[in-house]
Amino acid sequence: MAMNPMEQFAIKPLIAEPVLHIAGHPIYFTNQALLMIIVALASSLFLTLAVKPNRLVPTRGQSMAEMSYEFVANIIHSATGEDGLKFFPFVFTLFIFVLCSNFFGMVPGSFTVTSQIAVTFALTMLVILTVIVTGFARHGLGFFKLFVPDAPIYILLFLVPLEVISFLARPMSLSMRLFANMLAGHTMLQVMAGFVVALGGAGGILSLVSVAPMLLIVGLGALEILVAFLQAYVFAILSCIYLNEALHLHEHH
Amino acid sequence: MDTIEAAKFIGAGLATIAFVGSGIGIGIVFGNYISAALRNPGAAQSQFTNLYIGYALCELQGLFGLLIALILMYT
Repeated sequence: MAMNPMEQFAIKPLIAEPVLHIAGHPIYFTNQALLMIIVALASSLFLTLAVKPNRLVPTRGQSMAEMSYEFVANIIHSATGEDGLKFFPFVFTLFIFVLCSNFFGMVPGSFTVTSQIAVTFALTMLVILTVIVTGFARHGLGFFKLFVPDAPIYILLFLVPLEVISFLARPMSLSMRLFANMLAGHTMLQVMAGFVVALGGAGGILSLVSVAPMLLIVGLGALEILVAFLQAYVFAILSCIYLNEALHLHEHH
Repeated sequence: MDTIEAAKFIGAGLATIAFVGSGIGIGIVFGNYISAALRNPGAAQSQFTNLYIGYALCELQGLFGLLIALILMYT
């Protein structure tokens, strides 16, 4: 009965043969690739088909699509101001992708794309590289003023290294947050499910007690759905804040 | 060799203590937000973003502990 709770995160090739070779490395079509394709297709299909008829009085699907649009637009507007809105497609795609991967991962038996640090780190590097490119394109070498806050010189001695470290820690913190949240949540659900199986198989009065962890799984599942949404939200909002710093350095918008 | 394995598991268990701080931090963030929101409900909506930034930063400190536990267990 002792199932490994980490087993659900294993990446398995779905086709035994490698699809292609890149520089001698075999590239397999894995369950992760399948889920990522499903997530991308499902979210883009939903968002295009829902608003396609362009009704004046929206149906449920259309208002879901419109609400998600408005939600992300509000995040960007509150975090970066007016000129951040040209990053809307980027942030919206990030948000929808992370949200849909988290939600698809909640389907029992499926695979959580965002529980792989390779995926979250790639997404994070996309954000950080956008920040760096935007910052240099907009301010040139003045982008380095990001590391020099408005403070007396003797405080700057400590603040500048601190700002540099905090900038360098961003890729790790942003990717770690999403990855660890998903990993911890799904492991917890699996461990609880293991309790149900172990207690149910024990026989006698213990089989009846197995209802308790079962109910707990329902509650934790609801909590996980909240976390799935919250992490997508936090990911989007932190990307916006980083973009805001690249756009405006230290001034307030 | 067995001692090292055992020490790894003990270390992984100890690393999860990081979540104590994370829990306290999240409690302070949300508690203060709610008490402030009850005093001035008009300003509550505007601080929603800051609330979740604080939450995310607090949680991260606990997750670093989890990261260390995972590194100890699987390497």
